[in-house]
Amino acid sequence: MRKHPLAQMLVIGTIASILGVILALAIDWFPPQGSASARDIDTLYDVLMIVSVPIFVLVMTVAIYSVVKFRARPGDQSDGAPIHGNTKLEVVWVTIPFLIVSALAFYGWVVLDDIERPQPNTMVVDVTGQQFAWSFEYPQPGGAEPVQSNELVLPVNRPVDFNIQALDVIHSFWVPAFRLKSDAVPGIETTYRVTPDVEGTYDVVCAELCGLGHATMRQSVRVVPEEEFTSWLAQRKEEAAPAAGAAQGTGPDEGAAPSGEDQQAPPSDQPEAGTEGASSGGSEPVG
Amino acid sequence: MTMAAKLRAPGWYRAALSLPIGALVAFAIVAGARALYGWTPVIDGEAITTVALIAMPLAFLVGIGCFDYWFRWASGAPTVPEDHSGHGATSWRDYFRVNTDHKVIGIQYIVTTFVFFMLAGLMAMLIRAELAAPGTQFVDPNTYNGLFSVHASLMIFLFIIPVFAGIANYVIPLMIGAPDMAFPRLNALSFWMLPMAGIMMLASFFAPGGAFATGWTAYAPLSTDTPLGQTFFTIAVQFAGASSIATALNFLVTIITMRAPGLTFFRMPLLVWANFTTSLLVVIATPFIAGSQFFLLLDRALGTEFFQVANGGDVIMYQHVFWFYSHPAVYIMMLPGFGIISEVISANARKPIFGYRMMAFSLVAIVILGFTVWAHHMFVSGMASWLRVPMMITTMLIAVPTGIKIFSWLATLWRGVIHLTTPMLFALGFITMFTLGGISGIMLAVIPVVIHVSDTYFVVAHIHYVLFGGSVFTIFAGIYSGSRR
Repeated sequence: MRKHPLAQMLVIGTIASILGVILALAIDWFPPQGSASARDIDTLYDVLMIVSVPIFVLVMTVAIYSVVKFRARPGDQSDGAPIHGNTKLEVVWVTIPFLIVSALAFYGWVVLDDIERPQPNTMVVDVTGQQFAWSFEYPQPGGAEPVQSNELVLPVNRPVDFNIQALDVIHSFWVPAFRLKSDAVPGIETTYRVTPDVEGTYDVVCAELCGLGHATMRQSVRVVPEEEFTSWLAQRKEEAAPAAGAAQGTGPDEGAAPSGEDQQAPPSDQPEAGTEGASSGGSEPVG
Repeated sequence: MTMAAKLRAPGWYRAALSLPIGALVAFAIVAGARALYGWTPVIDGEAITTVALIAMPLAFLVGIGCFDYWFRWASGAPTVPEDHSGHGATSWRDYFRVNTDHKVIGIQYIVTTFVFFMLAGLMAMLIRAELAAPGTQFVDPNTYNGLFSVHASLMIFLFIIPVFAGIANYVIPLMIGAPDMAFPRLNALSFWMLPMAGIMMLASFFAPGGAFATGWTAYAPLSTDTPLGQTFFTIAVQFAGASSIATALNFLVTIITMRAPGLTFFRMPLLVWANFTTSLLVVIATPFIAGSQFFLLLDRALGTEFFQVANGGDVIMYQHVFWFYSHPAVYIMMLPGFGIISEVISANARKPIFGYRMMAFSLVAIVILGFTVWAHHMFVSGMASWLRVPMMITTMLIAVPTGIKIFSWLATLWRGVIHLTTPMLFALGFITMFTLGGISGIMLAVIPVVIHVSDTYFVVAHIHYVLFGGSVFTIFAGIYSGSRR
């Protein structure tokens, strides 16, 4: 091979990159996908892999090639070429990485915006973390007593906003199949939204070291058809019914929470689900 | 020397005597204060331990002789010039004394930190052994949490950060043609604070309730209501931090004021540049972790409510203050290694470093950018959500100066006469592993990916690529090339 060294490296590097990218895409990195955002995030991850592999290959190709080609023969005490720099080359390797990371940052931003965009017909679930269990509350329209549950059940294809709180220390509410998590922080309410769109049972994991029982703080989420969810909710409500004869009237602050645009951390505990229920209320048994 | 004279002279005898005195002082302070307030019980073990953790190391430092010169000078007594200055060590015993020679201190640092490296490494092996199969194998959950917490804290505060200080102590004065460091006595004090911190972290295993088990991050409020072991961490970090700050000040003054005539900033070797920029990071950032741990200590010991939300505390604040140090700390643990690699590659490729000025500027760029990225550790923490995108962008921009360094090392290899010596092999291994660490670091800036992988083994893997394949390889490269001279 009497080729130009750059051409040689280019061929080797391209082949290695292609093999590396194929391998990177063939590996099943993540748990099952349970939401649209999971697909977006996995695609983003794949793109990052596709960009990363050639960069790693580039570094390795030059390093290995240099070590092989320029290795000192035994007894060689000569000096290397007296090269102190090359402005053009340096401009190139400042500019290109800058462009690559800018593009990736922009893409990341777009995906972030997508997965956090408010959705119509959103239901709210209040999530509470404590050592070492999660509990869930389904606020009911019309100020009715919220439905409590230790099991997370979600209707498929229905956007859900999790309002997340912690009672003692920091936990982190993570559903790997949704690819989303948020810390549960004492004193503040955090939130994220997701639309589960594949039925199934997935893990709910605490991702923030929260003490001795941290590893056992695992529950599951069942994503079920809308009707099954409705009947499950009704059943939960009946079980809790004897205690709840609460006033059905509209809360005084209901008008204060305008429906729609912003789900961010309502300051009061009073769930404002009633405002969201307009389009979905028909499918739920109003208690 | 009579026993009485030995007990008066600085050294191990006096240190052995002053340790119990320190404990007694702690006892007296706590019991006295509690008696005055009328609190029961007057003798409270936890409170005494907390104060003793501060008093005993200080007493030891006084006993071993770190403060003798200053005390004499401050009280107007004739000062006694420390008897090793200028000649270093004449016997192995000189390494066990307060010695102001920079080479001796360098070796003291390196040997001490490698002892902690070994201990923390053994803990890592225990962790892996425990993880060999699901369920409990060797240790209970509390010990397990303690093991990985102490492992991380020792590796970070007692190995990587100080071993670089040790290497720099040895070589920086030689490289810039200075007779010693600018403040030799401060240098000695910096070293002697280190073993205090390390022993304290190890001793936490013997505290009631076990070692601190909240990770090296010690997030509040978990860390404010865990057993006594946590206090050992909180105070140990103060000693390690004070040591680092003092050393960094020492390097800054030495490098700025004591360069040989004609050695301008842009003629300094890159290793000197690396330690200069690292010292800037340390001096600016380390007070923040000291602050975060003081908040914790006050919450634990004095009942303040910085992180007690029921009374208006703010737990996110802990993370902001903590990461404002702990992200720059990643560069504190990396930049000196960059310096070593630049020297090793240039020496073993028989070529000048490629793009010297850009290499120096990229260090400065990393220092500046390094202070603008801390919240990428907090993308899912519930902090102000607008902060995420700017921090993603600054984080990714760090790839640019880091890329300059990697490409310049490659260009230094190009058309060199490459000698595959042991340090060079470590340097090449470093380039491989650090590139992987850097690429996974880019992934860890992209918010949607981070939302999924934060608090997972993805992050653990990233930091071990950077710190083990990165920093530790540079340390090995540096130690091997130093020991060949």
